[in-house]
Amino acid sequence: MSHTPTPPAKDFTLYGETFSSRFLLGTALYASPQLMRDSIVQSRAEIVTLGLRRQNPNDRSGDAIWDFIKESGCRLLPNTAGCKSVKEAVTLAEMSREIFDTDWIKLEVVGDDYNLQPDPFGLVEASEILIKKGFKVLPYCTDDLILCKRLLDVGCQVLMPWGAPIGTGQGLLNRYNLRTLRERIKDVPMIIDAGLGAPSQATEAMEMGFDGILLNSAVAKAHNPPLMAEAFADAIDAGRKAYCAGLMQKRQTASPSTPTIGQPFWHQQ
Amino acid sequence: MINISLNNEPKQIASDTLLSDALIQWGFGEIKIAVAINSEFVPRSTYTDRQLQDGDQIDIVKPVGGG
Repeated sequence: MSHTPTPPAKDFTLYGETFSSRFLLGTALYASPQLMRDSIVQSRAEIVTLGLRRQNPNDRSGDAIWDFIKESGCRLLPNTAGCKSVKEAVTLAEMSREIFDTDWIKLEVVGDDYNLQPDPFGLVEASEILIKKGFKVLPYCTDDLILCKRLLDVGCQVLMPWGAPIGTGQGLLNRYNLRTLRERIKDVPMIIDAGLGAPSQATEAMEMGFDGILLNSAVAKAHNPPLMAEAFADAIDAGRKAYCAGLMQKRQTASPSTPTIGQPFWHQQ
Repeated sequence: MINISLNNEPKQIASDTLLSDALIQWGFGEIKIAVAINSEFVPRSTYTDRQLQDGDQIDIVKPVGGG
């Protein structure tokens, strides 16, 4: 008898668009544009992040990356990486909307150079401004419940709390906060963004009920990025299925899984 | 001539130059870019109306990989 997997409890829908993949992949740091392209394919991602930077007109080195991203057919999620003020983030978002022809923006307002921690106050202010300008804001935020509530108050319909600081590969540093977020904010899509280093960490986040995973370094910095992209895709699928299936309750004491009735070699003493 | 900065590098350009002409002069004519002047976004539709001013700080960006 064939077994039909339990369907996901709900679709992965962001700002009214439904996606079959819950993996969002970054396009930076690959050793070559070809590795980036192959990683996107193997990741099965339908959304990729990208950025804007000052460049000399004669420097065409980035053109291949942009060409491959376009060819991927993925939805573009431009970021405001590196912006340290509300003003910078809003201006870069407006530039992104024009150049990429999308009103989606991964909003980053950096509050600290050392750990690239999002500035919660700037993030809320910039979100409010951008939403009034018609943007669909996906804020890269910390795991602070009150910050997340404020972001929802100003109109964000997706939240992207960090697992750990960008590029650290540390995994889920604050499970208590992340669990609290998921328990208190049940109906808003939440994507763990940044800080993951291993597929098992992505699985854990998905088992906790997070809706998706966004990462870049863990794939791009792997020895074999396309293979790691596939590993993350499988891990995210596994975590999602596990969440939908419902994890068993943990117990303090052992409980035999094999029936005890009929145990051979047992005799009443 | 007026003094401006292009992507944080000092440059001189003829007075009354339009942004659209300056972009061609600097080699950005055929390239997918977005522009900000003095940290304000400048929509593409206004390039032909925008006259560069002495002291303008011009940022021109292109797509790059990002996380």
